[in-house]
Amino acid sequence: MRISRRILAGLATASLAVTATSCGGGGTSGSFDDTVTVGILHSLSGTMAISESTLVDTEKMAIEEINAAGGVTVGGKSYKIEYIVEDGASDWPTFAEKSKKLIDQDGVPVVFGGWTSASRKAMLPVYESKDAFLYYPIQYEAQECSNNIFYTGATPNQQSEPATDFMYKRSPAAGGDFFLVGSDYVFPRTSNTITKAQVKQLGGKVVGEDYLPLGNTEVAPIISKIKKALPEGGIIINTLNGDQNVAFFKQIQDAGITPSSGYYVMNYSIAEEEISTIGPEFLEGHYGAWNYMMSIDTPASKKFAASFKKRWGADRVVADPQESAYNMVYLWKQAVEDAGTFDDNAVREALVGQKFDAPQGPVEVMPNHHLSQTVRIGQINAEGGFTILEETGVVLPQAWNQKHPSSKGFACDWTDPSKGEKYKL
Amino acid sequence: MELLLDSLFNGVAIGSVLLVAALGLAIVFGLMGVINLAHGELMMLGAYTTYVTQLIFKLPILKPYYNSYIIVSIFLAFIVSGVVGILLEKTIIRKLYGSPLETLLATWGVSLILQQFVRSVPLAYGTGLVISLLIGLFLPTTFPSKIKESINFKYFKFSSWIFAALTGVLTGSLISSSVSKLSRASARNVDVTAPSWMRGQVEIIGTAFPKTRLMIIVITLISVIAITLFLNQSAWGMRIRAVTQNRQMSDCLGISTEKVDIITFGIGSGLAGVAGVAVSLLGSVGPNVGGNYIVGCFMVVVLGGVGNLLGTVLASFGIGIMTDLIGAGRLLSIWPDMPLPLSNTINFFATTSMARVMIFALIVLFLQFKPTGLFPQKGRMVEN
Repeated sequence: MRISRRILAGLATASLAVTATSCGGGGTSGSFDDTVTVGILHSLSGTMAISESTLVDTEKMAIEEINAAGGVTVGGKSYKIEYIVEDGASDWPTFAEKSKKLIDQDGVPVVFGGWTSASRKAMLPVYESKDAFLYYPIQYEAQECSNNIFYTGATPNQQSEPATDFMYKRSPAAGGDFFLVGSDYVFPRTSNTITKAQVKQLGGKVVGEDYLPLGNTEVAPIISKIKKALPEGGIIINTLNGDQNVAFFKQIQDAGITPSSGYYVMNYSIAEEEISTIGPEFLEGHYGAWNYMMSIDTPASKKFAASFKKRWGADRVVADPQESAYNMVYLWKQAVEDAGTFDDNAVREALVGQKFDAPQGPVEVMPNHHLSQTVRIGQINAEGGFTILEETGVVLPQAWNQKHPSSKGFACDWTDPSKGEKYKL
Repeated sequence: MELLLDSLFNGVAIGSVLLVAALGLAIVFGLMGVINLAHGELMMLGAYTTYVTQLIFKLPILKPYYNSYIIVSIFLAFIVSGVVGILLEKTIIRKLYGSPLETLLATWGVSLILQQFVRSVPLAYGTGLVISLLIGLFLPTTFPSKIKESINFKYFKFSSWIFAALTGVLTGSLISSSVSKLSRASARNVDVTAPSWMRGQVEIIGTAFPKTRLMIIVITLISVIAITLFLNQSAWGMRIRAVTQNRQMSDCLGISTEKVDIITFGIGSGLAGVAGVAVSLLGSVGPNVGGNYIVGCFMVVVLGGVGNLLGTVLASFGIGIMTDLIGAGRLLSIWPDMPLPLSNTINFFATTSMARVMIFALIVLFLQFKPTGLFPQKGRMVEN
C-alpha cells in the first residue's frame, strides 16, 4: 500500500486498495460520499497535441457526465470521479515516465491514455510490470494483446479489411489496381501487409506502395509513381499521418489525381477533425472507414455530438477516436460498479462482457480486451463530413490478424488462463 | 521524350523548393558565415504571413482582389521575415560574430522561441507586433538628416517607438476584431488555399504540369535572378561582397560593415520568408514547418560550396533530379531490360525513404572527395 502525496485526495482515491476507501475523509463534495481519482495521459504539447487534446476534452466530458448522473456507485457509496491530467509531450519515453508517476505517486486505479502506437509500446512494459491498467482509445494495427491494456479502437479487421473489400467490390473503381501510400512507421506498414494479403485473396493486384518519412512533405516522386502504376485511375489506400495528408491531397489534386479522373483514395487516418484541417475541397469524393462518424443519424450519436459542442464550442467536431475515448470511460465505470471495487484485477474480470450503447451503436468488451464494433464506409462530402454508404453488422475484434502471415491462426483470450495472450486456434 | 520531360520537370520542381528554401541560407551562412538554425522558423513566419494575408483578403473590402493575395503575400512575407531577421541580427547575432558554436546555440534557442510564439500568441497580435517592429526600426531612418544629427535625436527615436507600439496594438486589435480566426492562439496547423487560377494543371507539349509547382519554380527563378543582380550590379551588393572577402580592409575603406551586416542578414531572412510562401502552397502551415526544411537547406549550401550562389543553384537542382530518378525508379523505365541484380537494387531504393538514404549517402561520399563542395570559394580570404 503506497501513500499518495496528495494526502487528502489520495486517501479518498483509495489508490490500489479498497481498504483505504473505508477510512477516506476529505475531498468529498456535494452529495457524493467519496471521490476517486483517475489518470488521463495524452500529449498536450508537441506534434501530437492537436489530435490528442481532443481526447482529453472528450474524457473530461464523459467524466463530467458521469458525475452529473451521480458518479460511480461502489458498495452502496457514490464516488465522484476526479482526474489528474498528465502531458505525454509527444515524446514516447515521457509517456512511460508519466505512467509510472500516475501509478506510483498518484495511485490512480486506471489510466486513460495514448494515441500513437509508439507511445503505447513505450507504456506497455510499465503497466505489465506494475500490473496496472491502461485504457487505449485509438484504431491501431493490432498484433498485440496485453492483459494490462484495454483497446477500445478498431483492429484492422474492424476498419481496413471491410474498407478494402468495399473498394475492390463496390466502389466506382471496383476491380481496379491498388496503390498503397503511408507514413513510414509501424501502423502503415503492418496495415499494408494485411491489405496486400487481402487484395491477393480477393484476386486483385497491388501495383505499388511507398512510404513517406515522417515530417517529409515532398510527394512529387510518389505522384509520378502513382501515375506510372495507375495510368487509367485506380484505388489508393492512404495511411499517411497528420499533416502529411495535407501535402499529399493538395499535390495529388494539382497533379490531376482526383475522383473525377478515376482515382479513389480510401483513408484510414482521416476523420472529421482532419477533414476540417485539410479542407473538404481537397477530399471531396474520397472515402474513409471508421466505427463512428459524426453523421450517424441516431439519437445517441446526435446527443454525443451535441453535448461535445455544448461543452467545448459550436465549431468543434467529434470523430471516431473521441468516440472510443468516450466509450472507454463509461465502460470502466460500468465494470467498476459490477466488480464492486476499484481494484484493477477485479475490474479487469468484470470488464469482459460489458455492453454499452455507444454513439456508434452497441459495443461489447470481448475476452481479448478489444471491442466488438460496427464498421462504416463513408464518402467525404463538401460539407466536411462523411456520407455513410455502408454499415456492417457488429464485427468481432481480432487482436491477431487472420490475414497477416505472422499471426494467422492465432487468437487471444484473457478469460481462460490456459489460452492467454496468444494461442493457436 | 515525355518521360524525360516529366522527370526533368519533377526534378526541377523538387529542386526549386530546396533552392528557394536554401537561397536565404546561402547568403546568411555562405556570405556571412552565420549558422542560422532559426532559418526554418523565418520560413515558417513567411508561411504564416501567407495565411494571414489570405484571411485578410477574404474581408469584404479586399474580396474583389482575393485572387492576387498570393502575389501580395510574397512581398509581405519578405518584409515580415526580413524585419524579424534584422531584429535578430541587431539583438543577438551581432554580438556573436566569429563564434559559430555560440551562434548555433543562440539561433537554435531563437527557433524554439519563434515556434512557441506562433503557438501561444494570437496571429492578429503577432501581426501587430511585426508592424510595430517595422515602424520602430525604419521610421527613424526616414527622418531628415537635420533631425538625425541633432542632440535630441534619441527622443525622436523614442517617440517613434511609442508611435510604433500604438500602431501595432491598434492594427492587432483591428485584425483581431474583424477576422475571428486570427483572434485566438492555436497550435493547430492551418491551411493556405491557392487561389483558383493557381489550381489544376497546364498542358505544355502534351504533358500536364501542376500550376502550383510552376508557380514555385517562377518564384524561385525570380528570387535567384533578383539576388544575383543585387549582389553583382548594385552598390550595396558590391559592398556586401567586399565585406565578405575582407572585413577589416572594407572597414578601413569606409564601408559601414555594421550596415552591410544588417542588410545582408535582412535579405537572407526575407528570402526565407519568400520560401515560406512557396512551401505553404505544398503542405500545411504549422509551427514545425520550417524544421522540416532546415537540414535540406544546409545540405544544399554545403554541397554547392559555401559562399557560392551558382553552387547552391546547381546543388539543389542536382538533388532534385536525383531524388526523382531514384525515388520514382526512373532508371527502370529508361532501361527496362537491365540485368536482374541491378534492377532489384534500383527497386529497393525506389521508395521515398530509401531514396533519401541514398541521396545522403551519395552526398557524404561526394564530400569525402571534395570537402569544400561543388564550387569552393577561390581567392584569398582573410578569415582563413
